Amino acid sequence: MTTTDTVRPAGTPGSHDPGTLGAAELAAVRADFPLLGRTVRGGRPLVYLDSAATSQKPNVVLEAEVDFYEQRNAAVHRGAHQLAEEATEAFEDARAAVAGFVGADTDEIVWTPGATAALNLVAYAFSNATAGRGGAAAERFRLAPGDEIVVTEAEHHANLVPWQELCARTGAVLRWFGVDDEGRIDLADADRVITDRTRVVAFGHVSNVTGAVAPVAELVAAARRVGALTVLDACQSVPHLPVDLHALGVDFAAFSAHKMLGPTGVGALYGRRELLEAMPPVTTGGSMVEVVTMAETTYAPPPQRFEAGTQMVAQAVGMGVAAQWLGELGMDRVARHERELAAELVRIGEIPGVRIVGPADAHDRLAVVSFVVDGVHAHDVGQVLDDRGIAVRVGHHCAQPLHRRFGVAATARASASVYTTAEEIAAFREALAGVRAFFGVD
Amino acid sequence: MSSLEQMYQQVILDHAKRPHGRGLVEAPGDHRSGESHQVNPTCGDEITLRVDVDGSTVAGVSWEGQGCSISQASASVMTELVTGHDLTDVARLDAVFHDLMSSRGKGLDDDDALDALGDASAFTGVSQYPARIKCALLGWAALKDSLARSGALAG
Repeated sequence: MTTTDTVRPAGTPGSHDPGTLGAAELAAVRADFPLLGRTVRGGRPLVYLDSAATSQKPNVVLEAEVDFYEQRNAAVHRGAHQLAEEATEAFEDARAAVAGFVGADTDEIVWTPGATAALNLVAYAFSNATAGRGGAAAERFRLAPGDEIVVTEAEHHANLVPWQELCARTGAVLRWFGVDDEGRIDLADADRVITDRTRVVAFGHVSNVTGAVAPVAELVAAARRVGALTVLDACQSVPHLPVDLHALGVDFAAFSAHKMLGPTGVGALYGRRELLEAMPPVTTGGSMVEVVTMAETTYAPPPQRFEAGTQMVAQAVGMGVAAQWLGELGMDRVARHERELAAELVRIGEIPGVRIVGPADAHDRLAVVSFVVDGVHAHDVGQVLDDRGIAVRVGHHCAQPLHRRFGVAATARASASVYTTAEEIAAFREALAGVRAFFGVD
Repeated sequence: MSSLEQMYQQVILDHAKRPHGRGLVEAPGDHRSGESHQVNPTCGDEITLRVDVDGSTVAGVSWEGQGCSISQASASVMTELVTGHDLTDVARLDAVFHDLMSSRGKGLDDDDALDALGDASAFTGVSQYPARIKCALLGWAALKDSLARSGALAG
């Protein structure tokens, strides 16, 4: 595992060829995922192209959870018995593994139930600060009516609705970047969108619909010029690219374990140390306190300040193992493999009647491709593919404004992960080519 | 016939291509009328349906909507099925169609009830797919709600 890689989007060649996964290695990777061996719909081999929704899990992750429950299960950060020590060690080792995987310091990683909870945590911390909590240190989180929060039209609802709600609670105003016809964030009017009143700039690293990689450096620089804090939704980048949050320079970032080969129910909030230290707590209760009297309470330093109540310890351990597993495989090589898959996926644009919603080529995009089929609704497309054993996502993928921008209510989406093969994508293309004929559309 | 062909029967595909009742129509002034907008939040499918009730008879159903072939065909089949029927019959058809959709592909033992559904019995195949049942029920939900809004059910 490395903490020094800079971010290298899939479309950007490195200074040397990091190599990709060979056929034998890919077969070995797949053999680690028990679920990939099952059949669906009357004995057809599963072709799982829905990893952007949730990834499958390797044996090491499943075994780590079982091992935790069989050998180490105890409440963490309390109790002085041996099991409590071992459980706490496993829990904190996992935090270190996840931190190292994304280029953060260990105490900058807060466990959350997932990325949605992490983004809401930040939004509610602003809210609590605005209500006067957190003392003088929390001044930079206080919003006044007319302050502005900036998002983009490409956001997943999880990085949009919490900010709408924060605005509604505080009188702040929501502004947003539009996207161009390829779904890329349109920086042309950045000076109009980001103003002296901007306090937060929140955006996704990689769109879960179009697969487009966001211009992180430009957005961070624009936010810094006006003293705004940046919040990165890194759900779709951390599992697929080398990500170094310190090098990116964002202030906060959120990602979920279940999209990066880890368990459901756990994710992480990254926050720069000085910001987490200044931020008031959100969920309060046990484990996040220093001194509690009947009248008032003082709070633990981060990250514990933001981890009230019994934590999802086994899942956190599983997330740590997932990060290690990916790190050992090498994220440069994972990214290279998935860049090849992205190039295979965008070839669906050659099929008559198929239109990609998002970048039409493999440049600066990941292997998540949404599309419409002329004359056939996305649900019906998905059903025909499912009949061939091919699992894709259909619907708005929790990004209704982006779909509205493209004038469609729903799309179908195929997305890859480290275990996806070019042969699977070829099978998907072949099945997709038959969809219009099935419905008698030409 | 494969499960997929059972779901997408020709009658369903035909209705999806040439739906009945599409295009909202004003009810005559002396009729009761109700309108309902229903959304399937998982896929964004939506329908706005208007019902025209003459006394205790459904005189007309009209709708606008966008969605998959199952939701569009189901609204179309339903329009044909309920038009001209007494409100009591419509409630019975609604109950039978819901039973069919809960049958997990098995259909109904009651042949008479199935016959009464006419083309709507072709949706048996849809009930094998839990994710698609809501599509088939979208129009029916709009009909039920618009009838309630029309005031016709209260007499």
